[in-house]
Amino acid sequence: MFNVRSASLETKTVTKLTCIAAIMLGSTGIAQAANGLSIESWRSDDANIWSDVIIPAFNKSHPDATVHFAPTPPTEYNSALQAKLKAGSAGDLITCRPFDTALDLYKDGHLANLNDLEGLKQFSDVAKSAWVTDDGKDQFCMPVASVIHGFVYNKEIFKELNLSVPKTRDEFYKTLDTIKSESRYIPLAMGTADQWEAATMGFQNIGPNYWEGEKGRKALLTGEGKLTDKAYVDTWQELAKWKPYLGRGFEAQKYSDSQNLFTLGRAAIYPAGSWDIQTFNNQADFEFGAFPPPVAKAGDTCYISDHTDMGIGINASSTNKEAAKIFLNWMASKEFATLYANEVPGFFPLSNHQIDIKDPVAQEFMSWRQQCESTIRNSYQILSRGTPNLENQLWNVSAQVINGTMTPEAAAKEAQDGLAQWYKPQQ
Amino acid sequence: MNPSNQHDEKKPFPWHLVFFLGPGLLIYVIFSVYPLLDTLVLSLYNEQQGQSHFVGLQNFITLITDDAWSHAFWNALSNNFTFFAIHMLVQNPIGLILAVLLSSPKLRLSGTYRTLIFMPTMLSVVIIGFVWQLLLSPIWGISENFLYSIGLGEYFDAWLGKESSALITLAFISVWQFVGIPMMLIYATLLNIPDDIVDASVVDGANSFQTFWHIKLPLILPTIAMVSILTFVANFNAFELIYAVKGALAGPNFSTDLMGTFFYRTFFGFQLQQGSASMGAAVATLMFLIILVGVMLFLFFIQRRIQRFQF
Repeated sequence: MFNVRSASLETKTVTKLTCIAAIMLGSTGIAQAANGLSIESWRSDDANIWSDVIIPAFNKSHPDATVHFAPTPPTEYNSALQAKLKAGSAGDLITCRPFDTALDLYKDGHLANLNDLEGLKQFSDVAKSAWVTDDGKDQFCMPVASVIHGFVYNKEIFKELNLSVPKTRDEFYKTLDTIKSESRYIPLAMGTADQWEAATMGFQNIGPNYWEGEKGRKALLTGEGKLTDKAYVDTWQELAKWKPYLGRGFEAQKYSDSQNLFTLGRAAIYPAGSWDIQTFNNQADFEFGAFPPPVAKAGDTCYISDHTDMGIGINASSTNKEAAKIFLNWMASKEFATLYANEVPGFFPLSNHQIDIKDPVAQEFMSWRQQCESTIRNSYQILSRGTPNLENQLWNVSAQVINGTMTPEAAAKEAQDGLAQWYKPQQ
Repeated sequence: MNPSNQHDEKKPFPWHLVFFLGPGLLIYVIFSVYPLLDTLVLSLYNEQQGQSHFVGLQNFITLITDDAWSHAFWNALSNNFTFFAIHMLVQNPIGLILAVLLSSPKLRLSGTYRTLIFMPTMLSVVIIGFVWQLLLSPIWGISENFLYSIGLGEYFDAWLGKESSALITLAFISVWQFVGIPMMLIYATLLNIPDDIVDASVVDGANSFQTFWHIKLPLILPTIAMVSILTFVANFNAFELIYAVKGALAGPNFSTDLMGTFFYRTFFGFQLQQGSASMGAAVATLMFLIILVGVMLFLFFIQRRIQRFQF
């Protein structure tokens, strides 16, 4: 209708309207150019890295291809992508959120099946698990990157107070006690105002050591394990012990406050996600290091949350699937893994290649994969499909346990009751 | 008047009415009436795997009786009533007092005060939320030092983070932002009261409090009633401040959850929670009904009894 109307108008107006139309199209991610590939993503922070480093590197081996990285801000990504896919204007390559968000796109026929993709052979089953159908038969996205949890610490403060990196829980609390009694530094930089840190940097960070990573996570899925089991109650009990080591007024402390407390050198230890490395590299003018969640006794197997966070798939209605597959296969290569890990420190490639990471802290995080068993956040696969939503509940109860307004036992009971309301194996 | 018109049986169609009312009506129907009706219809359906089918009132029954939903729903509703009560008890009386003070002829610089007090209303809620979070922050905020300097330091707490105080604190922030609106409306009405009525009461020997209580207050009651209904509608649609300060999960422990944030989580989803358009429409419909009932009660029981005065 738009075109028919504008044709009958004067040429000037037509030009104007075309301009407007072009701008509107541009903002929804253009680059449907001939033989071009367009990538949908929520990593708008990485737009420069893609256009200046990654895509030129791809073009070295594939000089004919034109690839365009078209990100949407993270908070709008899911709904914007949904709308574009429905309207048929989405890019050829789709960055996939893990588990249900992407699975729903596949079920609605928006993502192509990737079972015969050559590059997939470079990935382990755990890495691929975030983007297969429940029966494990169909793969619809290729893993790209994961994030690892742990603790980041201020090396200068540790040196000043003569502290060594804690390996066991006893050492961890001794360290915290020393910081608390012998200095004015805040031992642990975390708040509960935004709630998600309590669950993500708290519960999912230290928890795998209690529930033995994948074993405990799988048991929850089959119904053999319950959130009221000792492992989970103990996790919440340890979280409750954090309270005295947090800064004053931590109940109103937001995520950015915690980051600032650490980068300003006012806090010694920061329960972290590896994505924080970039922020800290930019803002902290002291040296910092990282250690994995402490284990019960020296020599115990350690477990880390190595969470599959990002995958990439092909738009089922793309007219350029062959080119998209070539690009995906390149993304499975060692070349891409090395580039990505070094340009975006804190996001770790999931492929099996041995790669060198130059950033020392990112390297430290990455090295835990060799020493420890990896697992993913236990609420992500299947368990957050119903009402009440398990992930939301974990945020809520973990924050309350740290605030001291809920006992660890009550937290376990509430989460388990919520899960049992709709999840058959847990009933 | 042309007498021949009276004989003309066919009156010309009032095209000018269509011409002037049409565009407005069309925009109103397309952007307001149609979405509203569509929401009402949507709330009667259930969507699963892209297939939607008619389920009647099932969504509402789930919302009010099913444990998984009803707890959150009643919690949001009762929080919303608290939020509204604080506005009625704090915002509107303060607005009234400010308006009376501003309209006093002895007050100098009243224009400056008026502008300053109205200023926050024009700011974006996101800015208000950000500024107040900083002011009240136990880490960087100035409110703690301020309280110490007036000797009340021991009463300082992380108000925005405590279950017992978060909602009240947010309500006060909202009051601070919007107190300019009742003030302006009441102020405008006060200015309309003719001087001779006030003068007459002074001649009759009334002091300034009696003048206010017996002369001015009855005359501004219709405005106060209107302010109340505006507060009611605005509070039950409130969402932005909570979302800006506490996020869609309205913590701690949902103590700041209002109907607006509850609707947002239901309709758009949150983190791993998938949004549900039909359930969200049911929440929106209930919000609409609550506001509708509130406004109707107000119209029947209060508005009709208020006498209006013409000067």
